Parts: sequence; C-alpha cells; structure tokens
Amino acid sequence: MTELAQLLTGPPTFDVEALRKDFPLLQRTVRGGRPLVYLDSGATAQKPLAVLDAERDFYELHNAAVHRGAHQLAEEADELYEGARAKVAAFIGAATDEIVFTKNATEGINLVAYSMSNAATSGPEAARFVVGPGDEVVVSEMEHHSNLVPWQQLCQRTGATLKWFRVDDDGRLDTSDVDSVITERAKVVALVHQSNVVGTVNPLDVIAARAHDVGAVVVIDGAQSVPHMPVDVGALGVDFLAFSGHKMCGPSGVGVLWGRRELLAAMPPFLTGGSMIEIVEMSGTTFMPPPARFEAGVPNTAQAIGLGAAVDYLSGVGMQAIAEHEQALTSYALSRVGALSGVRIIGPVTAEARGATVSFVVDGLHPHDVGQVLDDLGIAVRTGHHCAWPLARRFNIPGTTRATFYLYNTHAEIDTLAEGIDAVQRFFS
Amino acid sequence: MQLESMYQEIILDHYKHPHRRGLREPYDAEVHHVNPACGDEVTLRVRIEGGRVADVSYDGMGCSISQASTSVLTDLVVDQPLEQALAVQEAFLSLMQSRGQAEPDDDLLEDAVAFVGVSQYPARIKCALLGWMAFKDATAQAASRPVTSEGVTA
Repeated sequence: MTELAQLLTGPPTFDVEALRKDFPLLQRTVRGGRPLVYLDSGATAQKPLAVLDAERDFYELHNAAVHRGAHQLAEEADELYEGARAKVAAFIGAATDEIVFTKNATEGINLVAYSMSNAATSGPEAARFVVGPGDEVVVSEMEHHSNLVPWQQLCQRTGATLKWFRVDDDGRLDTSDVDSVITERAKVVALVHQSNVVGTVNPLDVIAARAHDVGAVVVIDGAQSVPHMPVDVGALGVDFLAFSGHKMCGPSGVGVLWGRRELLAAMPPFLTGGSMIEIVEMSGTTFMPPPARFEAGVPNTAQAIGLGAAVDYLSGVGMQAIAEHEQALTSYALSRVGALSGVRIIGPVTAEARGATVSFVVDGLHPHDVGQVLDDLGIAVRTGHHCAWPLARRFNIPGTTRATFYLYNTHAEIDTLAEGIDAVQRFFS
Repeated sequence: MQLESMYQEIILDHYKHPHRRGLREPYDAEVHHVNPACGDEVTLRVRIEGGRVADVSYDGMGCSISQASTSVLTDLVVDQPLEQALAVQEAFLSLMQSRGQAEPDDDLLEDAVAFVGVSQYPARIKCALLGWMAFKDATAQAASRPVTSEGVTA
C-alpha cells in the first residue's frame, strides 16, 4: 500500500483479508494464472459460502413448493421462505408484508409500471395509479435502462408524457428546475438512488418532498445503494424501492420490491396465476392481499432463502462499516486513477455523496480496448454504456471503463488497477 | 501475453490509420448498425457499379477491433466483383465463428486472417463483425433497388 493509501484509509473497520476467505471465487486465478482482481461488483457481486450453503441446504433437506402443501417439507419450506422475507424486511427497516420477492430490480420496476397501466381497468381503489394523456412520468438522464424503458413503455401504453431531470457536468443530478420538472401533472417520479455509471447518490429528500407535494408516487431504483449503504425505508421518504439480490452477495434470480403497505394494497396485480388468488371462478377471480398478490406461481424459493443468508452476512459485517470501507476505497481510487495523465473521471471527483463506482475514460482509447488489456492482467472491470446509454450520450462518449468496489476489495487492488491503466496506455502507444 | 494474439500489429495499424474512412458520394445504399451490448455504431455506404463494388465508405465510433475490421473490409471488397466480395464476407464470418480453430484461406482473406485471435474472445466477435454485417446488409439493400437506364442502381 502506498503512503497516500495509508493516509486515506484510517483504521480498518473490519479485516478485509479474513473476510475474503469467505468468498471461494476470489481465490481463483484467471488468464494464465493471474490473481483475480474483481472490480465488477456493480454488475454482480461474488457470493460468500454462507449463501451457497443456504441454497444447497434448502435443496438437500427442505425442498418443497411453498404456499401449497400440508406435509412437513412444505411447512419447512414455507418457514424458510417467509423467514427470508422477514430478514430482508428488517434489513431495510420495512414491515414484512411490504416485501415482494421478484426476479430482480428490473422486474420490481416493471411490476409498478404495469400495475399502473392495469389500474385503468381495475376497481376504484386503484384510481390513484391511473395514468393517461395529460399526466406526466418523471425520470432522470442518469437512469439505468431498467428504470427508463419501463416508464417510456408506460407512457406509450397510456398516452402520458415522459419528462426527465438533467445531469450536470460533474455527473450530479440537476435539481435546480425541480418545480418545473415535477409539476401538478406528475403521477410518478422514478429515480435511481445511486448511479450505476457515475456513482452519484441522489438527494431523494428534495425529490420526494416535491413529488409528494403534487401527489406523485416515488419509485426508487436501489440496485446500487441497498447493497452498499445502510438503507432505512422509513427515513428515505419514498414509496417504492426495487433492488436485486445478486448485487448484494445473494443469488441471481431474486430481487425485492418494497412498497408502502397502503399503496401495495391498492395496486392491481402485474403477473397473475397460482398463489396470488383468493377465489377463482370461471367468470372471474379475486386476489390475495400483498405481498402474495404480486408473487404469482411457485417463487424463486432457494434464491430468496439465499438472499436471506446474504443479508445476514452483510449485517454481520455491518452495513455502516461496509459503507465506510467503500468510501475509503472510493477516495483512494479517485485520487489514484484521477492523477493518471490522459485519464478522466466521469462523475463526481470527490467522494462526498457518491458511491464506490468509478467510471473513467482514457484519452484516445475505446473502453473495450482498455477493459481487454486490464482483463489480460487479471483485472475484471466493466466497459461500455453500462445500460445507461443516454448518460453516455450526455457526456458525448461511447462509454466508460468502470471499476466498482465492494466489501471484499482492497487498496492494493486499486494500486493494481492504476498500474494496469498505465500498462494499457503503454500497450497502445 | 495472450493479448498479442488479439491485437496483432496489422489490426493496430488499421486502427491507427484506417483506410477509406469517411462517408462519400455517390452511394447506392446506406445502413446504420449498432452493437447494443457496447454501443458501438457504424454508418456504412456502398456503391455498386457494373456488378463490382466501386466504393465502401463509413463513419462511426467503436473499439479498435470494430474500427480495424471495417478498414480491412474495405481493402478486401472494393474493386471486387460483388460475388467475390460476398464470398469474402462469408469467409470472414466463418473465421470469426471458429473460436480460433479455423485455418483461414490467406489468399481470400489476406489481412483479415489477423482476426483469428479475436475469435477466441466471445465478447469481441461482434465487434469484429460490426462493419462486415453492415456491408452485407448494405449490398442486399443496394441489390434490391430498381436498376436505372444507365445500369446504375438508384
């Protein structure tokens, strides 16, 4: 570790080297025996043994279809699945019945968007979700496609108008025109909590206050925030929060939609079928209350249980400690990578109100080529527009090279990254 | 470094000094292709005269592989009979799908054989094919246009 690193680190809040042993994949080598430097947790996080064990344990000992059987295995499966729901609820300060298991954050956001278009043909309780011509849906220029395209599509289906917040040159949300972007016509404001490209953490309080003044619901994409910082939905002041299990050390195939109880209760279903019904007759069907109303079919049971184990693991380390560790890594990466000649950080260049996502461009080089040479050195980063194409256009670049850090990353890995970028420049010079 | 098998000197040369870059008139068809996974884009025009590829011009942004392969494409197909150009296109497509196992036809593919290393990296095959698939599309569009009295497609 360099002197600068020591200066910026302060005392470690947990033993990263010991913790890395919990992650079998981090022990492997790549590209001809090089140690893996995994800087792509923003795409998906690696899994600790506790999560792998929880999934395996379910299949080995308790596997049954939940919410159906009366046999012992079914009871055990129910208990584990609902237990995972309770763990996830506690993790974000929610009530258990406000947690809907989905496939991922994308599905959670689509669930809200499709419920809103289904509201037009539902009962009077769903009236506040009806969207039509003259109504407005508000997003931002920094959204991941998963929190942009579903709203574009909602507007297309209903005749509503899409509006958006701009992003300034530092990669911060421009909230100077909040009152003209969110008007009396707004029915929903959908915003990312922490940008997956530039790392910006958005001021949700300012946005939510204005949105609620005009009666709009606030939907937050928490895919990059919930895994990395303490999140308490009681304090956020928003109405819906969607996130993915696989980005927070959990399995792929499970995500979460949290919604305020009274809103979920008034929302019509998105996917329909088994498990979500109350009474079915040939002429029609009534639906269960939430969360069952939004979980049609046999759910991703083992994955949800794995996610429960993941939040136990993260809570064991401590979300505040993880956030502080990532802050230290981010400060260090911004100073090391930012100091390289011919390299430009895209996004906030200081660590305040931003997360551990550091995007950069190298003069004269395409991100794909940068990533390819880094890969040859064993460094896994992501390259391209990161599913946020309008943001790349906003900065007039084809994309970025993006390094993302998590609880298991080290200052030494950032040194390797900085040296790697230097090697990239030499390779193409 | 295994990397040199991908970034062969020929490829880097074409990347730094691309051939026939820029959009030119006249042309018979213009297409715009993108690689949605990474956002690479190419706008490509073809001019067919008397059954031969008279010109291929292009503009776009992308990585070294996509830019170099489009440059190599123009070397191999311009001034060739259309039939021959399409045979080269087919051969290049096969090469890129070979996962590094192909023994490419040097006479047919010339500089394009350098891309055999790229075919070992599944994530980059689409980069190498961007301009080539655009060329195939553009020639098909040019061929479907009605032929004018001068024998030139309009």
